[in-house]
Amino acid sequence: MNMKVNIAGVEWNNPVTVASGTFGSGKEYGEFVDLNKIGAITTKGVANVPWPGNPTPRIAETYGGMINAIGLQNPGIDLFCQRDIPYLQKFADTKIIVNVCGKSTEDYCEVVERLADEKVDMLEINISCPNVKEGGIAFGQDPKAVEAITKEMKKRAKQPVIMKLSPNVTNIAEMALAAEAGGADALSLINTLTGMKIDINRRTFALANKTGGLSGPAIKPVAVRMVYQVAQAVSIPIIGMGGIMNAEDALEFIMAGANAVSIGTANFHNPKVTEEVIAGIESFMKENNIKDINDLVGCVK
Amino acid sequence: MSDKVIKDTIITSSVKMSEGIYSMWLKEEEIAKAAKPGQFVSLYCKEGSQLLPRPISICEIDKKQGLVRLVYRVAGKGTLEFSNMQAGDSIKIMGPLGNGFTLEGKKVILIGGGIGIPPMLELAKSLDANVQVVLGYRDGDLFLKEEFEPYGTVYVSTEDGSVGTKGNVIDAINENNLEADMIFSCGPTPMLKGVKAYAMKNGIKAQISLEEKMACGIGACLACVCKSKEKDSHTNVNNKRICKDGPVFYVEEIDL
Ligand SMILES: Cc1cc2nc3c(=O)[nH]c(=O)nc-3n(C[C@H](O)[C@H](O)[C@H](O)COP(=O)(O)OP(=O)(O)OC[C@H]3O[C@@H](n4cnc5c(N)ncnc54)[C@H](O)[C@@H]3O)c2cc1C
Ligand SMILES: Cc1cc2nc3c(=O)[nH]c(=O)nc-3n(C[C@H](O)[C@H](O)[C@H](O)COP(=O)(O)O)c2cc1C
Ligand code: FES
Repeated sequence: MNMKVNIAGVEWNNPVTVASGTFGSGKEYGEFVDLNKIGAITTKGVANVPWPGNPTPRIAETYGGMINAIGLQNPGIDLFCQRDIPYLQKFADTKIIVNVCGKSTEDYCEVVERLADEKVDMLEINISCPNVKEGGIAFGQDPKAVEAITKEMKKRAKQPVIMKLSPNVTNIAEMALAAEAGGADALSLINTLTGMKIDINRRTFALANKTGGLSGPAIKPVAVRMVYQVAQAVSIPIIGMGGIMNAEDALEFIMAGANAVSIGTANFHNPKVTEEVIAGIESFMKENNIKDINDLVGCVK
Repeated sequence: MSDKVIKDTIITSSVKMSEGIYSMWLKEEEIAKAAKPGQFVSLYCKEGSQLLPRPISICEIDKKQGLVRLVYRVAGKGTLEFSNMQAGDSIKIMGPLGNGFTLEGKKVILIGGGIGIPPMLELAKSLDANVQVVLGYRDGDLFLKEEFEPYGTVYVSTEDGSVGTKGNVIDAINENNLEADMIFSCGPTPMLKGVKAYAMKNGIKAQISLEEKMACGIGACLACVCKSKEKDSHTNVNNKRICKDGPVFYVEEIDL
């Protein structure tokens, strides 16, 4: 039985990674799961300089999900290269995907150039974080901007470039095509959907930032639909995510056209979920006599 | 490896202590063995729409029998679910989490306000010092007060003046002329601000336990930060993770 997948020339042992921002750089969850068993680890977004993030409260639970406005707090690329990359390299079976964020094209370029000589396997460019006012989302909501930033990344990156798409758009396929036209090696989707929660007792917003990104099982049907639409439109590999809680959810994404899947919010609910999803996909394959996971990719047309 | 575990555990007792306040003992030997006063656990809801774990402080630890006690107020859907559980039911829990209090001081004041009172109990039991306990309540519903009495002198403040000093915990300290070389405190932020000001003014060292909304509870997601005076070595900015670097901080470390 084959669980290996090839994402833009990088071979993962299985099709499961973790969603950026929910898993740090792996260390904390490494106390609960064997990081060597996860196909790839996607890190929290990292910028050229340290970012302090947003004021608290930064998160609020919502029905079947949560909204967050962490504001891309991160220690900056220097400390990240010194500390987080060497830590992740200890897990030889697991691929390393560094998620990159920025407020301007120059910010993104600086991080990508800095990572060129580091031993990381792939770069994931977050052009879709709704929590950063200066840049972020603007890139992800205009196809011309998506294509332009993708081109800039491709010019500088030594590793394959995954463009992470925002769902906060009218036509997701258009954004996907723009990234593909810009030379993206792969796509990941979806990032969070912009949401809001009001605390009726205090008559305030639940988050200090007023709005936050909705994630968790509440967004899964939207995410599956978007993965399907993008899979119909492009020919580059897709990493699907949004509300995956178990192997069945992961298989929905794969059948809709994702070559790999990413697990985010579910880690908060069940720190061992990544290993359980991998095991669950394997038993589904056994029960259904499927020899190769790749045979399931996009099997629902 | 760490001493944290995540497990389904059995509730050995669950009782209502007073209006909206519940006490629960859980059988979890590994957590009981590793836990320190001031640490907390994450409780997971059975209701699937509530994804995030609920952080609850450890109120008492029985290392011999491998038991951990939690005392909590019904504040919403999750705690309501827990309050309906009974002895024999199972509940998923992760812990022990956070740093806990550093046991120090010869003459100490433990200051608990409202639902910040429970973690002070295990602390009172653990300290080898002259222990004075100041408990702040809203009214005459003095949950847990008697349980502190074997471990120190207990003073009470109530907002409505029905018992002890009318006012807040600082009023009670002043009224009773309490002195100390160390203060420990847990409670609502306005109270902690008062404690910080009091400790700084009187040159007394103080440890306070903070609260913030949490998602992972283990330091991965950066939801639960507080502002720190110095640049934190992990985050590389001026904030610290309450779930991992806290919940207990020295007052001078953080901005409230
Ligand atoms: C370190 C720490 C220790 C705590 N110890 C205790 C304790 O010993 N006893 C006790 O009664 N309470 C304690 N709390 C507060 C307790 O976590 C909340 O009352 C509880 O999470 C409310 O959950 P709910 O589902 O009933 O409320 P809801 O309002 O339905 O909860 C919705 C979401 O908000 C979060 N939330 C709500 N209130 C708080 C809060 N005050 N702090 C953090 N998150 C909150 C919940 O965890 C959940 O994710 C502690 C909080 C922290 C951070
Ligand atoms: C707390 C939190 C922090 C996140 N931080 C980032 C981030 O730094 N970069 C990024 O590209 N996406 C970030 N995301 C989005 C997730 O990677 C993912 O796209 C989204 O949450 C949907 O997946 P899920 O429902 O499985 O969580 C974050 C999500 C959460 C919940
Ligand atoms: S709750 Fe995730 S870092 Fe504290």
